Amino acid sequence: MAVKALPLAKTTMLEMYDRMLTIRRFELRVIELFREGVIRGSTHTYIGMEANAVGCCTALRTDDYITSTHRGHGHCIAKGGDVRLMMAELLGKATGYCKGKGGSMHIADLDMGILGANGIVGGGIGIATGAALSAKMRGSGQVCVCFFGEGGINQGTFHENANLASIWKLPVIYFCENNQYAMSMSVKRATAVADIASRAAAYDMPGVNVDGMDVLAVYEATRQAVERARAGEGPSLIVATTYRFEGHNIGDPQPYRSRDEVEEWRKRDAIERFGRFLIDEGIATRAEIEAIHQAVDQKIDEAVEFARQSPEPELSSLEDDVYA
Amino acid sequence: MPDATMAASPGTSTATREITYVMALNEALREEMRRDPRVFVMGEDVAIWGNRGGVYGVTQGLYDEFGPERVRDTPISEEAIVGTAVGAAVTGMRPVAEIMYIDFMALAMDPLVNQGAKLRYMFGGKARVPVVIRTQEGTGRGIAAQHSQSLEAWFVHVPGIKVCVPSTPYDAKGLLKTAIRDDNPVMFIEHKMLYATRGPVPEEEYTIPFGVADVKREGRDVTFIGIHTMVIKGLAAAEKLAAEGISVEVIDPRTLVPLDIETIVNSVKKTGRVVIAHEACERGGVAGEIAMQIMEHAFDYLDAPIVRVAGRNVPIPYNQRLERAAVPQEEDIIAAIRRIVPR
Repeated sequence: MAVKALPLAKTTMLEMYDRMLTIRRFELRVIELFREGVIRGSTHTYIGMEANAVGCCTALRTDDYITSTHRGHGHCIAKGGDVRLMMAELLGKATGYCKGKGGSMHIADLDMGILGANGIVGGGIGIATGAALSAKMRGSGQVCVCFFGEGGINQGTFHENANLASIWKLPVIYFCENNQYAMSMSVKRATAVADIASRAAAYDMPGVNVDGMDVLAVYEATRQAVERARAGEGPSLIVATTYRFEGHNIGDPQPYRSRDEVEEWRKRDAIERFGRFLIDEGIATRAEIEAIHQAVDQKIDEAVEFARQSPEPELSSLEDDVYA
Repeated sequence: MPDATMAASPGTSTATREITYVMALNEALREEMRRDPRVFVMGEDVAIWGNRGGVYGVTQGLYDEFGPERVRDTPISEEAIVGTAVGAAVTGMRPVAEIMYIDFMALAMDPLVNQGAKLRYMFGGKARVPVVIRTQEGTGRGIAAQHSQSLEAWFVHVPGIKVCVPSTPYDAKGLLKTAIRDDNPVMFIEHKMLYATRGPVPEEEYTIPFGVADVKREGRDVTFIGIHTMVIKGLAAAEKLAAEGISVEVIDPRTLVPLDIETIVNSVKKTGRVVIAHEACERGGVAGEIAMQIMEHAFDYLDAPIVRVAGRNVPIPYNQRLERAAVPQEEDIIAAIRRIVPR
């Protein structure tokens, strides 16, 4: 990693490690709770992809926006979401982010600029572009990062919005997490161009490839795109090469890929890699890393406990909040 | 923002002039844009087409007054227009997006139906989505199946959206101002054959609340409920039937969501007979919904089956005679009323 010149404070990097690990431990616990039957519906874990959300969101201000996807827990945690309110939402509780009405695919925290996970592939792209338009018209200096996958970039909405964002020079960063599969559909079978970032040329914006297993590389790529956006120079496309270690959803038997392939990617685990880096470069001690692990485990335990103890929503709330 | 005084009807105004439906809408946009800097207009050809704005002229002159930041011509990208409008709305702006023909909403259903309409509920009540989608529908111009549909029922069926269907210049202006001030997604559906119609509109400011039907003509024998052009045709039919001694009450719901069922039911309690008319296809149209609500609230008052006078269940054809035959005409309304009113 050519990272020595990166202007990141130790505290920032330890916070990044903390958030990556928080995502991992949150998701591992989600799998347990799903198998236990206390989380229902469909849940898509972010395990393996942690460097993307964390590297990206480290380059953002608190008041910047993100839009997320059906695989959204990582984005929410990386942007500063509260794991207690997230876990309560996954358990469908009244104390959850959405009062139990959204579930995994609709977690949002508008106060933190998190404009929502999304159950529609590509569904956040228009919202992100509009948030960027809003920021520009209000002169707020905010930017919006729009997360989607290599599956989402094949939706028409990407092409309409990328064009619009470019002609209007909107402060939006389209962040494509290429985790290689859209459910069972390999990117190699689904996408005409081998280099997805080359699509940016069609919309006259920078298209950058980045190693999505390297949190500092993701940070740096995002930082440059954010700088461009805040300067009024318009949108960027970042394509991060990454991998989901688990299936599409919990229960996916994964006939579309080999165990060997998964094992090869697991060897590139971004959290282990970043942890080694922090120690090898003398940025953190083993004791400091161990302390983060303990603190994260405790945080997740507390989140689960909070969620389990929280009340169910009242049936009388069913028709609340359809209209403002 | 303080609410403007509600004018009960155009008749109560001290300074009323006659203007067209299109200019009434234009005034509403202009006044709201002057009042609130968060309001802006976006859509295809809204800035400099034709008479400086809009293929039907609703946005004319706005670009010249408010400039390119607040009157935004977009590429032909309906999904992006509605999606961006929803995103801007949820982050503090109050966009008015124009979709040139309601038929084109087929290209923009996800951002409205799956996103805008549901964000507030899905997020546990935290989001506000003050977006207006202005569009127009209906037959009459010989532009056939992809430019003449009446699709209001699609949006009535989705919780989280409000639906306006003004039939007069007065209603158009007052309802559009309310729509722009509303914190929810509003489908504001105009009718292309009403743009040139004229009617009284006060000089002074007014708004019309949602969910308040307007009794356009009082009557005793039958309740006629119409949407858009059917209000105009219903009033003409009522005039002719009055000569035969049939007294028709003409009600315009003005907003379909929320629906003022109370005004309708009160009328039915008086008349005992109901005819409901719209251009939209009969099958799955809002007449069925209104009829069912009448059954639920006023079944004991009905003296005859409720009658629908609606569009035929066909795509809108090009040929003028066929197009006319595909949607209800004044004579169809007259025939329906005669059928259920004893003479």
